[in-house]
Amino acid sequence: MSSESLSTRPAHLQHHFADTYQQGDAARLGMWVFLLTEILLFGGLFCFYAIYRSWYPDMFINAHRHLNVWLGGTNTVVLITSSVTMALAIRSAQLGKRREAVYNLVATLLLAAVFLIIKYFEYEHKIHLGQLPGKFYTFQGIAGSNPHVFFSVYFLMTGLHGLHVIGGMGVIAWMIQRTRRGEFSPEYYTPLELTGLYWHLVDLIWIFLFPLLYLIG
Amino acid sequence: MYTGPENSYLKQPRGLKSWLLTLDHKRIGVMYLTAIMFFFLVGGLLAVLMRVELSSPARDVVSAELYNRLFTLHGAIMIFMFIIPSIPAAIGNFVLPLMIGAKDVAFPRLNLASWYIYVVGSLIAVASILQGGVDTGWTFYTPYSTSTNSAVITLTFGAFVLGFSSIFTGLNFIVTIHKMRAPGMTWFKMPLMVWGLYATAIIQVLATPVLGITLVLLIFERLFGIGIFDPAMGGDPVLYQHFFWFYSHPAVYIMILPGMAIISELIATFSHKRIFGYKAIAFSSLGIALVSFLVWGHHMFTSGQSELAAMIFSFLTFLVGIPSGIKIFNWVATMYRGSISLKTPMLYAIAFLLLFTIGGLTGIFLGTLAVDVHLHDTYFIVAHFHYVMMGGTVMALLGGIHYWWPKMWGKMYNETWGRITAVLVFVGFNVAFFTQFIMGSQGMPRRYYSYPDQFAFLHEVSSVGAYILGFGFLIMVIYLIHSLYRGKPAARNPWGALTMEWEAASPPTTHNFDKDMKLEHGPYDFDRVEVEDEEMVKA
Repeated sequence: MSSESLSTRPAHLQHHFADTYQQGDAARLGMWVFLLTEILLFGGLFCFYAIYRSWYPDMFINAHRHLNVWLGGTNTVVLITSSVTMALAIRSAQLGKRREAVYNLVATLLLAAVFLIIKYFEYEHKIHLGQLPGKFYTFQGIAGSNPHVFFSVYFLMTGLHGLHVIGGMGVIAWMIQRTRRGEFSPEYYTPLELTGLYWHLVDLIWIFLFPLLYLIG
Repeated sequence: MYTGPENSYLKQPRGLKSWLLTLDHKRIGVMYLTAIMFFFLVGGLLAVLMRVELSSPARDVVSAELYNRLFTLHGAIMIFMFIIPSIPAAIGNFVLPLMIGAKDVAFPRLNLASWYIYVVGSLIAVASILQGGVDTGWTFYTPYSTSTNSAVITLTFGAFVLGFSSIFTGLNFIVTIHKMRAPGMTWFKMPLMVWGLYATAIIQVLATPVLGITLVLLIFERLFGIGIFDPAMGGDPVLYQHFFWFYSHPAVYIMILPGMAIISELIATFSHKRIFGYKAIAFSSLGIALVSFLVWGHHMFTSGQSELAAMIFSFLTFLVGIPSGIKIFNWVATMYRGSISLKTPMLYAIAFLLLFTIGGLTGIFLGTLAVDVHLHDTYFIVAHFHYVMMGGTVMALLGGIHYWWPKMWGKMYNETWGRITAVLVFVGFNVAFFTQFIMGSQGMPRRYYSYPDQFAFLHEVSSVGAYILGFGFLIMVIYLIHSLYRGKPAARNPWGALTMEWEAASPPTTHNFDKDMKLEHGPYDFDRVEVEDEEMVKA
């Protein structure tokens, strides 16, 4: 215990750190490294996309027209807005406004749910038409060789992203609980900050997925 | 019963639950060591079974199908469950915080979670045996892995889960090294073990997610036929190899870099001399980590990539020789005119130098395009990677286990038996694997359960070597376990080393040190720091 003696150590400070700054710094660095691994995980799928797009450009162009730009666009707006409410929640915590922080977190959670509901309708429509990955693909209306590959890319990328949204919703719900219990203060709000970083990454990945899958012709 | 000091981390707190829920990096390290050594035993027994089959050309004990399943399981266990986690997760977890004067790693709960993830992943992978095993080889090459009837999905899903354990360990180490060093310990006053673990952690974090997504793609290919690797559906089977080796070649350095890290400590301590070229050794670790990402194509010289690509990969492969050579020369220069004590760990360090040099030089053969075409998929490859992984990493691991054994348990093992075993392991290893270089250069293909009579003699010799090796490990288990009960109590600093972990009690207390640590001298200042004699134990 270099600077702070046992009696003055705040409750959130774990025993193996010397002070709050060291603990917060370590947590932030850890989160950034974790986000890096997330980007690399998606990187494999972006590679998959890039390679097949260069091999079958016509098929990709024909197939992408069967995605609904309006639903995808709405979802982009929804997710960006949720990033804003997430940032506002952290700002509220920094200012010690607990109730505001809870409202902003709840708004983030609801927007995430809206995203998933819209995604559900998109998936439902494609399953109905038989625009499915690989051997389950039965749709007839797309010219070009192997259009099922496009839908494999589509379902893999949006599916993995969707799992991240669901995971994020779990963490946000947990953060709502902890904020309500008053665990955070202007001195200590690291878990909220890290949740925010994660949520921004989820948003950012969608911002790449949307033009790649829905827009580029 | 294990007898040791009452206040050590091994005894306080008590009870099974206190172990299963522990957040202490030392206990987690010991738990990793136990699990990893169990899989080393299983993988080793599979190897012995294969050597029994191969000791004569005929089909003796296993069928061709079973042989395929044996070497796949041997490879998968040894790579994913033993050698990749061995040094970072077991030894690294134990010594890293001690070496930088910290009370724990940065994220103790994540550390415990990564152990459980490791156990769960291993169980899933091993459960593939219940479905009849896998016959693809540990690399799961497409298109065979998408069409075979064996339990590919179970084994690859197990490996996928194991990847998270590796990522979390690496992440934890990076943050620990950046943020938790004792006051005064600048980057260039860190022990070289820490540099090695740092370089390893970078590769773990950057490469493992790519393997994760590759295995997911393989699983989806089998389940849904998404068409990424299947040419009939518009895919490319070689693409799988690119993805796979983009992880698995760097993974080779996840295996060897921490081994090299241990060797730096052993050579400095047992030569009682300032290490030669500290910065060169530190930076060469990062150099190897960097180059490791650029050489994956040398696994595909014969699989139809363009000649230009093959030439570029061949050139880049040669580059790995430079930082590796720097390390070897620096270690030898450290030993030059040192006062060398040939204790058991040092014997393993010397074995490492000899075997890793052979492994590295034969790597140059294989990196050379024309020669590789001749040697591709022969026993030469088998011998090469066993010299690097087993002759390199496993020797370093054994050296490290013996070196830190007194710190881990507070007990000394029997030095005479330690030395006898080291010699036995070295001899057994060379008899088992040097013969395979010869067989390979004569054209004996790998992964065959039967072979022409001309190879009978060499195979027989190789099998005898494997038995000697196995016998050596058996003796090691006996004297190490014996030391826990009957071993002499270890002093704080039995080897006269200068790194920080030796300032903790043997075995350390739960919070590692009795005081807040501050760096007082560099890790290798043997020329200006006197080690008190009464601290040393005459073994």
